Amino acid sequence: MVFDRLIGFFTSMRLTVVCLALSILLVFLGTLAQVDMGLYKAQNEFFRSFFVFWGPKAASWKIPVLPGGYLVGGVLLINLVASHIMRFKLTRAKVGIWLVHFGLILLLLGQLGTDLVSRESSLHLREGEAKNYSEADRQAELAIIDVTDKDTDKVVAIPQGLLMRKKEIQPGDLPFAVRVRKFFANSAVKDRPAGATDAPPATEGIGPNATVKELPRVSEMDVRDVPSAIVEIQAADRSLGTWLVSEYIERPQQFTYNNRTYKLELRPRRYYNAFTIRLLEFQHDIYPGTDIPKNFSSRVQLQRPATGENREIKIYMNNPLRYAGETYYQASFDRDDHGTILQVVHNPSWLTPYLSCVLVGVGLVIQFMTHLLGFSFKRRTA
Amino acid sequence: MNKWLKLLPWFFVALFGMEIIAVMAPKKDGALHAREFGRLPVLLNGRIQPFDSVARNALLQIRSTGDVPLEEVPSWKFWHHPQKLKSTEWLLEVMARPEEADTRPIFLIHHAELLGELKLEDKGVEKSGLRYYTFEQLKPVLNIISEQSQKAGEIKPEDQTPIQKQVAKLANAVMLYQRLKVTLQPEGVDDFSKELAQFMQDLSPAQTAAQASEKGKNFDREAIERMAQPLQDFQLMAKFGYPLVVPPLSSTASRDQWQNAGTALLESARSGAIHPAVTSFAAMMTAYHQGKPDEFNRALDEYKTWLQPRFEKELTKGKAEFYYNDVKAFLHAIIIYVFAFMLAGSAVLFLTVTPGLSEALRRSAFYLVILAGVVHTFGLVYRMILEGRPPVTNLYSSAIFIGWATMILGLILERIYRVGIGSLVGSFAGFVTLLIAQNLAIGGDTMEMLRAVLDTNFWLATHVVVITLGYASTFFAGLLAILYIFLGVFTPNLTQRLSPIREIQAKAGAKVSTRAPAPPQPELGKALSKMVYGVVCFATLFSFVGTVLGGIWADQSWGRFWGWDPKENGALLIVLWNAVILHARWGGLVRDRGIMNLAIFGNIVTSFSWFGVNMLGIGLHSYGFMDAAFKWLMIFIGSQVAIIGLGLLPLNLWRSFRSRAASPAGVGVRRTRAPQPAGT
Repeated sequence: MVFDRLIGFFTSMRLTVVCLALSILLVFLGTLAQVDMGLYKAQNEFFRSFFVFWGPKAASWKIPVLPGGYLVGGVLLINLVASHIMRFKLTRAKVGIWLVHFGLILLLLGQLGTDLVSRESSLHLREGEAKNYSEADRQAELAIIDVTDKDTDKVVAIPQGLLMRKKEIQPGDLPFAVRVRKFFANSAVKDRPAGATDAPPATEGIGPNATVKELPRVSEMDVRDVPSAIVEIQAADRSLGTWLVSEYIERPQQFTYNNRTYKLELRPRRYYNAFTIRLLEFQHDIYPGTDIPKNFSSRVQLQRPATGENREIKIYMNNPLRYAGETYYQASFDRDDHGTILQVVHNPSWLTPYLSCVLVGVGLVIQFMTHLLGFSFKRRTA
Repeated sequence: MNKWLKLLPWFFVALFGMEIIAVMAPKKDGALHAREFGRLPVLLNGRIQPFDSVARNALLQIRSTGDVPLEEVPSWKFWHHPQKLKSTEWLLEVMARPEEADTRPIFLIHHAELLGELKLEDKGVEKSGLRYYTFEQLKPVLNIISEQSQKAGEIKPEDQTPIQKQVAKLANAVMLYQRLKVTLQPEGVDDFSKELAQFMQDLSPAQTAAQASEKGKNFDREAIERMAQPLQDFQLMAKFGYPLVVPPLSSTASRDQWQNAGTALLESARSGAIHPAVTSFAAMMTAYHQGKPDEFNRALDEYKTWLQPRFEKELTKGKAEFYYNDVKAFLHAIIIYVFAFMLAGSAVLFLTVTPGLSEALRRSAFYLVILAGVVHTFGLVYRMILEGRPPVTNLYSSAIFIGWATMILGLILERIYRVGIGSLVGSFAGFVTLLIAQNLAIGGDTMEMLRAVLDTNFWLATHVVVITLGYASTFFAGLLAILYIFLGVFTPNLTQRLSPIREIQAKAGAKVSTRAPAPPQPELGKALSKMVYGVVCFATLFSFVGTVLGGIWADQSWGRFWGWDPKENGALLIVLWNAVILHARWGGLVRDRGIMNLAIFGNIVTSFSWFGVNMLGIGLHSYGFMDAAFKWLMIFIGSQVAIIGLGLLPLNLWRSFRSRAASPAGVGVRRTRAPQPAGT
């Protein structure tokens, strides 16, 4: 009985209409909210959430006022699937509807997949420079690099997620542990003014000569947080001291332990590839007599030692490079026009919208055409 | 059926057809070949265009009109065409006789507070509540204008007050005007040809003197000083000259090598040879200044002879765009649409009162919409060829395309139903969208080059066209719904069966039931409901496919399919709203009247997506923050809400249903809960 009612609820057209109406409200409010909170934050609060919370600005409490994107989308998905299982029969007259709805399910699942597993990073190259990694846009890592051997560096990297738990970490086979004393997701690092009386943030490296201040996290799309941390290197016998590490500090700090030299650096998280990309030339064309950009393009060289692959590729607007599961897009450039910034997207479900568009498009055409033709056929026989 | 009524439609077609032919026929130049001059190619905004486009777009920015009236005619004397300076004629005057151009009332200032601040209240010319000022009148306050606009420039556009915006706009207009003045010659010369010749004569002694001075020898100081004034003039021309008027010497050179006259002259000072284009332009300026049309025409012909073998493509482009400017296809389409709208409106109103007349009016309207549609299509296709682009490249062209698509939809519906409704809605949409386009054109060049990411004909032809068709069909459904409510509330026509109308049409000579299948014969209201449903189906298809194609384009260029960008969200809202309408109908949640109200709300959703999101001023798609349009958008949304309110009135207040208030035939009233099967 209850089960029947539940099925009745989840297969009802009323639920479809309510969910669609709610999603309209959600999209509308989420769009307006971007004016104040920026695209990134609005996206997280409205669309990548189960509930949209609201509370007075000064208050610390918040109440859910609207179902979020995940909830509305999820219920719609259940509604759609349930209706097809319980109500719709696959007949010739319904082929169009089936195609449309199947396409929509694919689109929704594909976007959920994108949301969960896609990874965005960027690759900044100066002309002539080559890299075999790209850097995460919003994630840092603490790299400890053993530079004792002249030929090879040994890198151990601790991702931001681990650092934020502020625990003691035993990285790889290093002879010491790292204890995260403090972690600031966003911060400002400055020179320590002469004659300052408060304790410096760290004892080693630049620590004694610097100050660090925590800042609220940024929400704008084109600005990134500057994370910092205070870490203690703990050897088996003794503490080697504390270091202030920050993305703000450009050069790695160095220390030695047991006759081995290590570099310590907080940097954007790196994703390594089995190939390198070298920027040969960046070009920024404008229309004659104006400053309207006509085209941005990067001529790059792709080298993969394992396969001996070595070729030149031009990446430009609307023409990305798809290679080894990654897609490289022309995203931005250095102000002096001699460096490029490529957006690197790893998204296994990138093809789903293409398929879904075809399915839904064909489905709608079939549906409306059978309707229209049936209509005129009836007219003819009447 | 009255014979005269039968002829009426053809009379209208002949009348407007003749006007169109007159407009499109080639026109003769005056004694001074200003039109021929207006066709000459120059480079501006990154594209080759005729002088006429430079003039027209500048005037639009300065005066918000395409030409300059020379006499004041009260608006009620509509038969009296005032004398005007056409755009190119005005530009010629600005360049060759600036002292006269300075006395033309061209600067539009309408902010009362600003006028007070500039102490201009009792000056200027008033026309329909707008005030126009001459450069002469502005001269004493130029420094105040530039000071104020500099201050305004330090404030973010969205925080500027209306007066700051106006002053910034005025400062821009003044700057543009002054730049135009030095396009071909320095300001205030009487005989530029002579001065140029003198300059060339003085050049080599001056060069000798300069070399001597470098080597520390004795040199002719006067020879050098004679160059000072002209060089200063040329530098000013090089710095401010607006369009690039001088083509490169070789036809194979890149477009980057077009120059303005000043730069070319400075180069002559180094090379010792004057560019033939500069010589010709100087001759034209001198002839114009001295009032010698024959000499002007001769210099113009000379220049064209020089261009012909080298820049034939550019010459053709200039000619073609001049013709496009001159014909003003969209303006004439507007006039015919308005007339067709009035005829179709009368036809629908008189449907039951005087069926014979109504049928004659309906046919007149139908033919006129076809005629307007032909003119509209001509303009649209001509534009596409000029630009070498698909129909929609910016907001301006989207308005033109939406109007075009609704016109086609209207004609199709009219062909099927033959009650005037298709013509009525098609002509209304055509007229309104073209009017919107005319206002958007005031911003300047409507054929500007496309930024890098937009520079792809493939995506412009697919995503942009399809999504715009989605906008158009959603609007069309909304307009039909408005008509339903108006006809229902204010007239008895909604419950009128169509079969008696067919009989009258048959008598009126319409080829109704001989070959084609008999058209559907329900009540008018039912027919409208069917139309709205069909159009919503189309709108769903177009807006969905268009939106997803947009996502795919984004995936191609920015690496993500969906980024919740405002414009993307706007498109998504339309898809979702159309889906709501369809599901609400299939689920039996609403019937005819409910669908109509939902469809009208679709107008609000679409207008938000089309214009509203641009006003948020954020996101990758925000091409222009428009506050004047904001007011209109609010008025539009208010009007739609009011109409929905009207549609919610109890049915016994509707004139169409009052007569049979006892049984409202299912219109708007939910009789049962039984869901209608999908697709009916």
